[in-house]
Amino acid sequence: MFLAQSSPFLKPGLSVSKMMMVVTLLMIPGIVTSIIVFGYGVLVNIILAIIFALAFEAIILYLRKRPVAVYLKDNSALLTAVIIGVALPPLAPWWLTFVGLFFAIVVAKQLYGGLGYNTFNPAMVAYAILLVSFPAEMTTYWQTPATLDGQSLSLLETLNFQLFGQLPAGMTIDALTSATPLDIVRTSVINGSATIDEIHAEGQAFGQFGGIGTEWVNLAFLAGGLFIMRKGLISWHIPISLLATLGFLSLLFGSFELDSNPSPLFHFFSGATMLGAFFIATDPVTASTTPIGRIIYGAGIGALIYIIRTWGGYPDAIAFAVLLMNMCAPLLDYYTQPRVYGHKVDERDNEESS
Amino acid sequence: MAATETDITIEDVNNEETRSSFIEEYVPIAKDGLWNNNAVFAQMLGLCPLLAVSNTVINALGLGIATMMVLIISNMSVSLIRNIVRPEIRLPVFVVIIASAVTAIELVIHAWFHELYLVLGIFIPLIVTNCAIIARAEAFASKNTLGKSFFDGFMMGLGFTLVLVALGSLREIIGMGTLFSNAHIMFGDGMQWLTIEVFPGYDGFLLAILPPGAFIGLAFLLAARNYINKKQENKKREQKPQDLNLEASAV
Repeated sequence: MFLAQSSPFLKPGLSVSKMMMVVTLLMIPGIVTSIIVFGYGVLVNIILAIIFALAFEAIILYLRKRPVAVYLKDNSALLTAVIIGVALPPLAPWWLTFVGLFFAIVVAKQLYGGLGYNTFNPAMVAYAILLVSFPAEMTTYWQTPATLDGQSLSLLETLNFQLFGQLPAGMTIDALTSATPLDIVRTSVINGSATIDEIHAEGQAFGQFGGIGTEWVNLAFLAGGLFIMRKGLISWHIPISLLATLGFLSLLFGSFELDSNPSPLFHFFSGATMLGAFFIATDPVTASTTPIGRIIYGAGIGALIYIIRTWGGYPDAIAFAVLLMNMCAPLLDYYTQPRVYGHKVDERDNEESS
Repeated sequence: MAATETDITIEDVNNEETRSSFIEEYVPIAKDGLWNNNAVFAQMLGLCPLLAVSNTVINALGLGIATMMVLIISNMSVSLIRNIVRPEIRLPVFVVIIASAVTAIELVIHAWFHELYLVLGIFIPLIVTNCAIIARAEAFASKNTLGKSFFDGFMMGLGFTLVLVALGSLREIIGMGTLFSNAHIMFGDGMQWLTIEVFPGYDGFLLAILPPGAFIGLAFLLAARNYINKKQENKKREQKPQDLNLEASAV
């Protein structure tokens, strides 16, 4: 009846290195879907990002006189690189990845003291800096999703474009790329040129249930994310509160003005929502650490995503939302410390009265 | 030997003494202004104009020189009246002096460097609020002679200008790939050749010109200063034991 089990009964948690590796591996479904939808550029981005990340990490560790091999093995640079590789536009030129990884690894991570000391999520620092500095490259180099009939490039042609900026004869960058679903919705709503129904009818932004193309990528990241949650590598608090807040806000405003607010499903399955909710916002270093703190942290990110997407200057908002809440994380931790077992509810009051 | 010693007159000795004391008094003021007690590096004062106007070298140079002029005028005036003004009302008096100096400088820039005036805008009147100026009036000029106060104002202003120009050139090179762009708004149309394209065909790195670039650039400059200071301290520490050994052997 009973399985015989021998000690130790408390299993040690995964090491940092293994945890980072597992999280990276569970991004693979999302990455593969991304490659199918957006072409080989995603793969090139990720490989370039990993090479740059490890190179920067090794150089700066050497300069800081730290053991290079030990710290490289913790796989945190690898995870940062993969997140940046997926987040960048698929046809991003190589120097965009280079500048991004420089800011992520050197400035945001190592200059703050290395893994565990960084206040801000390195991948999102890189993304925000690139978005602010190179708005043209960051918003126009999105290849038309494969689900729409667009031209596509072979692996060699993609590599040639990203490394040397050369396109095959007869192809232009405008023919290869198109605005992302979030961008289309945002610009037409702001201009007042089309209602949500009209955008639906055009068929350029809405797919089966989310943003065209990106819906499948988000679904794959959701699957990977649910799996790491099940494995206990991340707690449920951040992703669930993030998605719940985003859904609640889009439902609330959507029910008032149906013409200019897309549905919660569109918000869930377009842009980088699922990647952000499960893989970026849950970064153990920069997120809040207490249960209540995590719920507030996730809800804050969800609300900011909705606010920036709807009324802000950028189509997607994961990077800015995460960075803004990173700033609040220490404060949240301070005010939401759980009661330690054996201590009274409010120790300070008792001390004052005695 | 004895003959040469007697040749030296009393006057010469006096001159020598005043000269050495002159150097002793003025060299530390220069060192303080340029490095040890630099308005930006050591005191972290005047950061608002520093961060706002340092997006090109010419803007930085314009504001730096204007600040230097104000510092010299206010330091000299404060030094002149330092024995007349009662300590209870010294701060309002300093503020009035600084504000008058800034107004005068603003009118000068408006009259002769109109384009520069348009670029620098609100930051010229805001020199009034630069804490470095009132700090020097209070800490130095109100306790020292006219000559020293003038020299202190000049050196503090120069130190501030040099940091501004360093940050300005850093941001301009990274942000736009040029140096001394718009040189004509300060030096006149004849000096447009000063503009250098460091990287031809460079698209620009917007972050360096935007406000965050100022903070990041200043942080790197401060890090470089701390690094140099640390190296010098280490050197001194290494040298000291040797000096002691030498002294011991000499004894």
